[in-house]
Amino acid sequence: MAFDSLAEFWAMGNYGAYVWSAYGISFVTIAFITLLSVVKGRKVRAELRQRYLRD
Amino acid sequence: MSWLWIHKLGSPKFFYGFSKRFATPIFFSGLLFSLLALGWGLGFAPSDYQQGDSYRIMYIHVPAAMLAQSCYLAMGIAGLVFLVWQMKMAAIFIQAVAPIGAVMALLALVTGSIWGKPTWGTWWVWDARLTSVLLLWILYMGVIALQNSLEEKVLANKATAVLSLVGLINLPIIKYSVEWWNTLHQPASLSLIEKPTMPMEMWLPLVISILGMYLFVAGLTLWRMQTHVLLNEHKASWVKKEVLNNGI
Repeated sequence: MAFDSLAEFWAMGNYGAYVWSAYGISFVTIAFITLLSVVKGRKVRAELRQRYLRD
Repeated sequence: MSWLWIHKLGSPKFFYGFSKRFATPIFFSGLLFSLLALGWGLGFAPSDYQQGDSYRIMYIHVPAAMLAQSCYLAMGIAGLVFLVWQMKMAAIFIQAVAPIGAVMALLALVTGSIWGKPTWGTWWVWDARLTSVLLLWILYMGVIALQNSLEEKVLANKATAVLSLVGLINLPIIKYSVEWWNTLHQPASLSLIEKPTMPMEMWLPLVISILGMYLFVAGLTLWRMQTHVLLNEHKASWVKKEVLNNGI
Protein backbone atom coordinates (compact mmCIF):
# COMPACT_ATOMS: atom_id res chain seq x y z
CA MET A 1 0.00 0.00 0.00
CA ALA A 2 1.29 3.45 -0.90
CA PHE A 3 -0.39 4.93 2.21
CA ASP A 4 0.30 4.31 5.90
CA SER A 5 -3.28 4.60 7.13
CA LEU A 6 -6.83 4.72 5.86
CA ALA A 7 -7.01 8.40 6.79
CA GLU A 8 -4.02 9.12 4.56
CA PHE A 9 -5.62 7.10 1.79
CA TRP A 10 -8.74 9.29 1.92
CA ALA A 11 -6.67 12.46 2.13
CA MET A 12 -4.66 11.58 -1.02
CA GLY A 13 -1.86 13.92 0.09
CA ASN A 14 -4.32 16.86 0.28
CA TYR A 15 -5.61 16.12 -3.23
CA GLY A 16 -8.51 14.02 -1.85
CA ALA A 17 -11.26 16.34 -3.12
CA TYR A 18 -9.86 16.23 -6.67
CA VAL A 19 -9.04 12.52 -6.84
CA TRP A 20 -12.26 11.27 -5.25
CA SER A 21 -14.54 13.61 -7.19
CA ALA A 22 -12.89 12.52 -10.47
CA TYR A 23 -13.39 8.85 -9.60
CA GLY A 24 -16.89 9.41 -8.21
CA ILE A 25 -18.13 11.29 -11.27
CA SER A 26 -16.62 8.66 -13.58
CA PHE A 27 -18.15 5.78 -11.66
CA VAL A 28 -21.63 7.34 -11.59
CA THR A 29 -21.54 8.32 -15.28
CA ILE A 30 -20.40 4.89 -16.47
CA ALA A 31 -22.94 3.16 -14.21
CA PHE A 32 -25.62 5.46 -15.68
CA ILE A 33 -24.88 4.64 -19.35
CA THR A 34 -24.70 0.92 -18.49
CA LEU A 35 -28.01 1.00 -16.66
CA LEU A 36 -29.60 3.03 -19.45
CA SER A 37 -28.49 0.40 -21.99
CA VAL A 38 -29.88 -2.46 -19.88
CA VAL A 39 -33.22 -0.69 -19.33
CA LYS A 40 -33.52 0.15 -23.05
CA GLY A 41 -32.75 -3.47 -23.97
CA ARG A 42 -35.41 -4.82 -21.65
CA LYS A 43 -37.96 -2.26 -22.80
CA VAL A 44 -37.41 -3.09 -26.49
CA ARG A 45 -37.69 -6.83 -25.82
CA ALA A 46 -40.85 -6.37 -23.72
CA GLU A 47 -42.50 -4.19 -26.38
CA LEU A 48 -41.63 -6.58 -29.20
CA ARG A 49 -42.96 -9.51 -27.17
CA GLN A 50 -46.27 -7.70 -26.63
CA ARG A 51 -46.51 -6.87 -30.31
CA TYR A 52 -45.86 -10.48 -31.36
CA LEU A 53 -48.37 -11.87 -28.86
CA ARG A 54 -51.03 -9.43 -30.09
CA ASP A 55 -50.59 -10.37 -33.75
CA MET B 1 -9.49 -20.32 -44.79
CA SER B 2 -11.88 -20.46 -41.90
CA TRP B 3 -11.49 -16.85 -40.74
CA LEU B 4 -13.94 -15.91 -43.48
CA TRP B 5 -16.64 -16.26 -40.79
CA ILE B 6 -15.80 -12.60 -39.96
CA HIS B 7 -17.70 -11.73 -43.11
CA LYS B 8 -20.85 -13.20 -41.68
CA LEU B 9 -20.88 -10.62 -38.88
CA GLY B 10 -22.47 -8.35 -41.48
CA SER B 11 -25.57 -10.50 -41.23
CA PRO B 12 -27.77 -9.29 -38.36
CA LYS B 13 -28.82 -12.83 -37.46
CA PHE B 14 -25.29 -14.19 -37.36
CA PHE B 15 -24.08 -11.12 -35.50
CA TYR B 16 -26.79 -11.51 -32.88
CA GLY B 17 -25.82 -15.11 -32.17
CA PHE B 18 -22.14 -14.17 -31.99
CA SER B 19 -22.75 -11.15 -29.77
CA LYS B 20 -25.06 -13.04 -27.45
CA ARG B 21 -22.30 -15.52 -26.70
CA PHE B 22 -19.46 -13.07 -26.20
CA ALA B 23 -20.89 -9.74 -24.96
CA THR B 24 -21.42 -10.76 -21.34
CA PRO B 25 -18.02 -12.44 -20.72
CA ILE B 26 -16.24 -9.52 -22.42
CA PHE B 27 -18.21 -6.99 -20.39
CA PHE B 28 -17.58 -8.63 -17.02
CA SER B 29 -13.91 -9.41 -17.63
CA GLY B 30 -13.49 -5.74 -18.55
CA LEU B 31 -15.29 -4.68 -15.38
CA LEU B 32 -13.05 -6.96 -13.31
CA PHE B 33 -9.82 -5.69 -14.89
CA SER B 34 -10.89 -2.04 -14.59
CA LEU B 35 -11.81 -2.31 -10.92
CA LEU B 36 -8.60 -4.18 -10.13
CA ALA B 37 -6.46 -1.65 -11.96
CA LEU B 38 -8.25 1.35 -10.44
CA GLY B 39 -7.84 -0.07 -6.93
CA TRP B 40 -4.18 -0.70 -7.69
CA GLY B 41 -3.66 2.78 -9.10
CA LEU B 42 -5.49 4.46 -6.22
CA GLY B 43 -3.97 2.61 -3.32
CA PHE B 44 -0.80 0.79 -4.31
CA ALA B 45 1.01 2.61 -7.10
CA PRO B 46 3.67 4.98 -5.72
CA SER B 47 3.11 8.75 -5.45
CA ASP B 48 4.48 10.96 -8.20
CA TYR B 49 7.54 12.98 -7.20
CA GLN B 50 6.16 16.12 -8.89
CA GLN B 51 2.37 15.83 -8.71
CA GLY B 52 1.99 13.87 -5.47
CA ASP B 53 -1.23 11.87 -5.37
CA SER B 54 -3.23 14.03 -7.79
CA TYR B 55 -1.67 12.09 -10.67
CA ARG B 56 -3.86 9.09 -9.71
CA ILE B 57 -6.62 10.75 -11.75
CA MET B 58 -4.56 9.51 -14.73
CA TYR B 59 -5.84 5.94 -14.24
CA ILE B 60 -9.32 7.06 -15.25
CA HIS B 61 -8.47 10.07 -17.43
CA VAL B 62 -6.13 8.32 -19.89
CA PRO B 63 -8.39 5.30 -20.63
CA ALA B 64 -11.41 7.61 -21.02
CA ALA B 65 -9.53 9.90 -23.43
CA MET B 66 -8.18 6.96 -25.45
CA LEU B 67 -11.60 5.35 -25.66
CA ALA B 68 -13.24 8.61 -26.70
CA GLN B 69 -10.88 8.72 -29.69
CA SER B 70 -10.96 4.98 -30.48
CA CYS B 71 -14.76 4.88 -30.43
CA TYR B 72 -14.84 7.84 -32.81
CA LEU B 73 -12.30 6.22 -35.14
CA ALA B 74 -14.40 3.05 -35.26
CA MET B 75 -17.58 5.12 -35.73
CA GLY B 76 -16.06 7.11 -38.60
CA ILE B 77 -14.91 3.93 -40.35
CA ALA B 78 -18.39 2.45 -39.84
CA GLY B 79 -19.76 5.63 -41.44
CA LEU B 80 -17.61 5.03 -44.51
CA VAL B 81 -18.60 1.35 -44.64
CA PHE B 82 -22.27 2.29 -44.44
CA LEU B 83 -22.03 4.92 -47.17
CA VAL B 84 -20.06 2.70 -49.56
CA TRP B 85 -21.65 -0.72 -48.99
CA GLN B 86 -24.95 0.19 -47.25
CA MET B 87 -24.12 -2.37 -44.61
CA LYS B 88 -26.89 -2.40 -42.02
CA MET B 89 -24.64 -3.48 -39.17
CA ALA B 90 -22.45 -0.41 -39.69
CA ALA B 91 -25.41 1.90 -39.04
CA ILE B 92 -26.34 -0.16 -36.00
CA PHE B 93 -22.78 0.11 -34.70
CA ILE B 94 -22.85 3.91 -35.02
CA GLN B 95 -26.10 4.12 -33.08
CA ALA B 96 -24.82 1.80 -30.35
CA VAL B 97 -21.38 3.31 -29.86
CA ALA B 98 -22.11 7.06 -30.11
CA PRO B 99 -23.54 7.50 -26.57
CA ILE B 100 -20.65 5.50 -25.08
CA GLY B 101 -18.11 7.61 -26.96
CA ALA B 102 -19.89 10.75 -25.80
CA VAL B 103 -19.66 9.61 -22.18
CA MET B 104 -15.94 8.84 -22.57
CA ALA B 105 -15.22 12.24 -24.17
CA LEU B 106 -17.16 13.98 -21.40
CA LEU B 107 -15.26 12.04 -18.73
CA ALA B 108 -11.94 12.87 -20.39
CA LEU B 109 -12.91 16.56 -20.22
CA VAL B 110 -14.24 16.50 -16.67
CA THR B 111 -11.48 14.39 -15.10
CA GLY B 112 -8.90 16.39 -17.05
CA SER B 113 -10.37 19.60 -15.72
CA ILE B 114 -10.31 18.26 -12.15
CA TRP B 115 -6.70 17.15 -12.65
CA GLY B 116 -5.78 20.49 -14.23
CA LYS B 117 -6.86 22.64 -11.28
CA PRO B 118 -4.19 21.45 -8.79
CA THR B 119 -1.59 20.83 -11.52
CA TRP B 120 -1.90 23.90 -13.75
CA GLY B 121 -3.85 26.17 -11.40
CA THR B 122 -6.83 26.38 -13.75
CA TRP B 123 -9.87 24.26 -14.59
CA TRP B 124 -9.80 25.12 -18.26
CA VAL B 125 -7.75 26.80 -20.98
CA TRP B 126 -8.78 27.30 -24.59
CA ASP B 127 -5.76 25.56 -26.01
CA ALA B 128 -5.60 23.13 -28.92
CA ARG B 129 -5.81 19.86 -26.96
CA LEU B 130 -8.69 20.80 -24.70
CA THR B 131 -10.64 22.56 -27.43
CA SER B 132 -10.27 19.69 -29.91
CA VAL B 133 -11.51 17.18 -27.31
CA LEU B 134 -14.45 19.48 -26.57
CA LEU B 135 -15.16 19.42 -30.31
CA LEU B 136 -15.00 15.61 -30.20
CA TRP B 137 -17.72 15.59 -27.55
CA ILE B 138 -19.82 18.04 -29.60
CA LEU B 139 -19.43 15.77 -32.66
CA TYR B 140 -20.71 12.80 -30.65
CA MET B 141 -23.67 14.84 -29.45
CA GLY B 142 -24.31 15.93 -33.04
CA VAL B 143 -24.37 12.30 -34.22
CA ILE B 144 -26.80 11.35 -31.43
CA ALA B 145 -29.04 14.35 -32.06
CA LEU B 146 -29.09 13.75 -35.81
CA GLN B 147 -30.01 10.09 -35.38
CA ASN B 148 -32.85 10.95 -33.04
CA SER B 149 -34.23 13.99 -34.82
CA LEU B 150 -34.76 12.53 -38.29
CA GLU B 151 -37.96 10.51 -38.50
CA GLU B 152 -37.06 8.90 -41.81
CA LYS B 153 -34.69 6.11 -40.75
CA VAL B 154 -32.83 5.63 -44.03
CA LEU B 155 -32.09 9.34 -44.14
CA ALA B 156 -31.11 9.41 -40.46
CA ASN B 157 -28.62 6.56 -40.97
CA LYS B 158 -27.09 8.28 -43.98
CA ALA B 159 -26.80 11.68 -42.29
CA THR B 160 -25.20 10.19 -39.17
CA ALA B 161 -22.75 8.19 -41.31
CA VAL B 162 -21.70 11.37 -43.14
CA LEU B 163 -21.20 13.33 -39.92
CA SER B 164 -19.24 10.43 -38.36
CA LEU B 165 -16.99 10.23 -41.39
CA VAL B 166 -16.38 13.98 -41.68
CA GLY B 167 -15.62 14.25 -37.95
CA LEU B 168 -12.63 11.92 -38.39
CA ILE B 169 -10.61 14.99 -39.40
CA ASN B 170 -10.65 16.01 -35.73
CA LEU B 171 -8.72 12.92 -34.57
CA PRO B 172 -5.26 13.80 -35.93
CA ILE B 173 -5.79 17.32 -34.58
CA ILE B 174 -6.36 15.89 -31.09
CA LYS B 175 -3.37 13.57 -31.36
CA TYR B 176 -0.85 16.11 -32.62
CA SER B 177 -2.27 19.15 -30.77
CA VAL B 178 0.28 18.68 -27.97
CA GLU B 179 3.13 18.73 -30.51
CA TRP B 180 1.99 21.37 -33.00
CA TRP B 181 0.92 24.07 -30.55
CA ASN B 182 2.02 25.36 -27.18
CA THR B 183 -0.20 23.81 -24.58
CA LEU B 184 -0.45 23.21 -20.86
CA HIS B 185 -1.28 19.60 -21.58
CA GLN B 186 1.53 17.15 -21.06
CA PRO B 187 2.63 14.94 -23.98
CA ALA B 188 1.30 11.40 -24.35
CA SER B 189 1.72 9.22 -21.25
CA LEU B 190 2.05 6.04 -23.26
CA SER B 191 3.78 5.09 -26.47
CA LEU B 192 3.79 1.89 -28.49
CA ILE B 193 7.33 2.36 -29.70
CA GLU B 194 9.16 4.01 -26.83
CA LYS B 195 10.06 2.78 -23.38
CA PRO B 196 7.62 3.92 -20.66
CA THR B 197 8.63 7.24 -19.12
CA MET B 198 7.12 6.27 -15.79
CA PRO B 199 8.21 3.48 -13.43
CA MET B 200 6.76 0.02 -13.92
CA GLU B 201 4.66 0.22 -10.73
CA MET B 202 2.78 3.20 -12.19
CA TRP B 203 2.71 1.97 -15.76
CA LEU B 204 1.31 -1.53 -15.22
CA PRO B 205 -1.95 -0.52 -13.50
CA LEU B 206 -2.46 2.10 -16.23
CA VAL B 207 -2.11 -0.49 -18.99
CA ILE B 208 -4.46 -2.90 -17.21
CA SER B 209 -6.96 -0.10 -16.63
CA ILE B 210 -6.90 0.76 -20.34
CA LEU B 211 -7.28 -2.90 -21.33
CA GLY B 212 -10.14 -3.35 -18.85
CA MET B 213 -12.03 -0.27 -20.00
CA TYR B 214 -11.66 -1.27 -23.66
CA LEU B 215 -13.13 -4.70 -22.89
CA PHE B 216 -15.90 -3.12 -20.81
CA VAL B 217 -16.83 -0.74 -23.62
CA ALA B 218 -16.62 -3.54 -26.22
CA GLY B 219 -19.00 -5.70 -24.18
CA LEU B 220 -21.42 -2.83 -23.61
CA THR B 221 -21.34 -1.88 -27.30
CA LEU B 222 -22.04 -5.47 -28.39
CA TRP B 223 -24.92 -5.61 -25.94
CA ARG B 224 -26.39 -2.32 -27.16
CA MET B 225 -26.05 -3.51 -30.76
CA GLN B 226 -28.16 -6.59 -29.94
CA THR B 227 -31.00 -4.33 -28.86
CA HIS B 228 -30.76 -2.31 -32.08
CA VAL B 229 -30.65 -5.49 -34.19
CA LEU B 230 -33.90 -6.73 -32.60
CA LEU B 231 -35.57 -3.37 -33.23
CA ASN B 232 -34.33 -3.12 -36.82
CA GLU B 233 -35.14 -6.70 -37.78
CA HIS B 234 -38.40 -7.06 -35.86
CA LYS B 235 -40.15 -8.35 -38.97
CA ALA B 236 -37.78 -11.30 -39.32
CA SER B 237 -39.06 -14.64 -38.05
CA TRP B 238 -35.87 -15.39 -36.15
CA VAL B 239 -36.30 -12.20 -34.11
CA LYS B 240 -39.85 -13.17 -33.22
CA LYS B 241 -38.65 -16.59 -32.13
CA GLU B 242 -35.76 -15.09 -30.15
CA VAL B 243 -37.95 -12.56 -28.34
CA LEU B 244 -40.76 -15.01 -27.53
CA ASN B 245 -38.42 -17.78 -26.37
CA ASN B 246 -35.79 -15.79 -24.52
CA GLY B 247 -37.68 -12.62 -23.60
CA ILE B 248 -36.64 -10.03 -21.01
